Amino acid sequence: MKFLNKKNIFNLILILSIYFIVEFLINRGIIDSYIILNIVVIGVNIILAVSLNLITGITGQFSLGHAAFMSIGAYASAIMTAKLGQPFIVGIIAAALSASLAGIIIGIPTLRLKGDYLAIATLGFGEIIKIIGLNNDYIGGATGLNDIPQYTNWTWIYFCVVITIIIINNFIKSYNGRACISIREDEIASETMGVNTTYYKILVFTMGAFFAGIAGALYANYFYFIRPDSFGFMKSIDILVIVVFGGIGSVLGSVVGAVMLSIISVFLQNIPELRMVVYSVILFLIMVYRPQGLIGKNNLRLFKKRGVLNGCAHSK
Amino acid sequence: MDVLTVNNLCKSFGGVKAISNISMSIEEGEIVGVIGPNGAGKTTFFNLLTGIYSPSSGDITYNFKKEISSRDFKPFKMPKYGVSRTFQNIRLFKNMSVLDNILIGYHCNLNYGILPSLFRLPSFYRNEEEAYEKAVELLKIFNIYDKKDELAKNLPYGEQRKVEIARALAAKPKVLLLDEPAAGMNTNETKELTKLINWIKDEFSLTIILIEHDMSLVMEICNKIFVFDYGTLIADGTPQEIQTNPQVIKAYLGGE
Repeated sequence: MKFLNKKNIFNLILILSIYFIVEFLINRGIIDSYIILNIVVIGVNIILAVSLNLITGITGQFSLGHAAFMSIGAYASAIMTAKLGQPFIVGIIAAALSASLAGIIIGIPTLRLKGDYLAIATLGFGEIIKIIGLNNDYIGGATGLNDIPQYTNWTWIYFCVVITIIIINNFIKSYNGRACISIREDEIASETMGVNTTYYKILVFTMGAFFAGIAGALYANYFYFIRPDSFGFMKSIDILVIVVFGGIGSVLGSVVGAVMLSIISVFLQNIPELRMVVYSVILFLIMVYRPQGLIGKNNLRLFKKRGVLNGCAHSK
Repeated sequence: MDVLTVNNLCKSFGGVKAISNISMSIEEGEIVGVIGPNGAGKTTFFNLLTGIYSPSSGDITYNFKKEISSRDFKPFKMPKYGVSRTFQNIRLFKNMSVLDNILIGYHCNLNYGILPSLFRLPSFYRNEEEAYEKAVELLKIFNIYDKKDELAKNLPYGEQRKVEIARALAAKPKVLLLDEPAAGMNTNETKELTKLINWIKDEFSLTIILIEHDMSLVMEICNKIFVFDYGTLIADGTPQEIQTNPQVIKAYLGGE
């Protein structure tokens, strides 16, 4: 079996050992609940950034509505777990499915738009979702939804993050992912080469929404409480900032970006009055000195031998 | 056997008739040249042949194993039918490696689906490896194998042209449309290209339709030439006939 090659076994061992080490530290009380809180925030941001990167970085479709998919997922999971008393896995699945359904519904009409127009349309979609949330009494309206059971823990967040990264990475490094990159590079040429661009754009939008929905579920089931305002326009911008900061089109970049920006925010909490100033200056400096982002476009090139295509199919 | 028939083809953009009333038929295994002054409608004609535009009236029929008429044309379906093309202003995927560019050309021959790629099922490895071997084969034919990991935008112009032709060939076409393949090449490169086109025609048993301004290339390799002017077909025939055709001389040189 090619699946069980050296690299994959090594990765599997790495993934599991990180999990057990952290789990052990949590049990021993070395990692306290404050750190876990930050780990959850980082994990949610990683999922959001990686999935937005698939849409914006890889396929080149500029979307400003990612927080809306997250909010659909958050509410879906909250309703399932808090109102209907279902287990968390049902909540996550419902979140992912309802968000991806929204992705399809929104994707079909808007993805014929390009660039700025698509950005505006997705922005509008985000606002619509927010307004619906504000005006629906079943989900609490503007006051939000309370008493959501706290199911998200290290195990859930860690494996959701790992699965997201693996699946999206696998997608990118297949003929599907190549097709998506070719859409970003030159839509007309890619269509003439046999890539069904409409299909791929909707597919990618749906996949992105799917994972954003999972992120929303993890978020909702950690913080007890959600309200429509938490998933507004600014949240979408935050996700986009992570993607750009880490490097557009790089999965590793999104992961690093999410971790770095979350850690920076944590440290800046000590100086509340200068927090946003320092944060902005850091972003500014990164964009001036590394416009391609921290990692740049070369996807996971750090860990790759030169000359091996995508490091996947041909590694013997 | 006719591989392509065009019947009374018209295309207008608003009030401008870019193509009017063109009829032609092209036989299998031919190299056909389409020439004409700038703005004569040659590229529009190519865009019609590849489904980027749809005809205002008239129709185009490809006659492969089954007939495909212009009503079923969609740009992304054309490679699957067996029609592949290059562009006048090179449209490579600039930030992808040369190898990946070729692999995109191979895209229409891959359909192992989404799930095998997400979960790395065996069919993923089988198909990707096959695609990789085919791409390497093409790169070696075009003598650019050592540049396979280079980004396409970093190649010199002549090699970008080669990559584009290789990418079109990766789709395993039966009809290959080349839009000004020799544009921007010097005499030596053009000679090399002439040989190459002849060679790939036999090697891949293709029918080639090419737009070209370089008359030495056109006259040397084309079996048949179609001359366009102001969207109409003013002459067709063998290179010798075209060279002495008074209407063609008038279109190119002007005057009475």
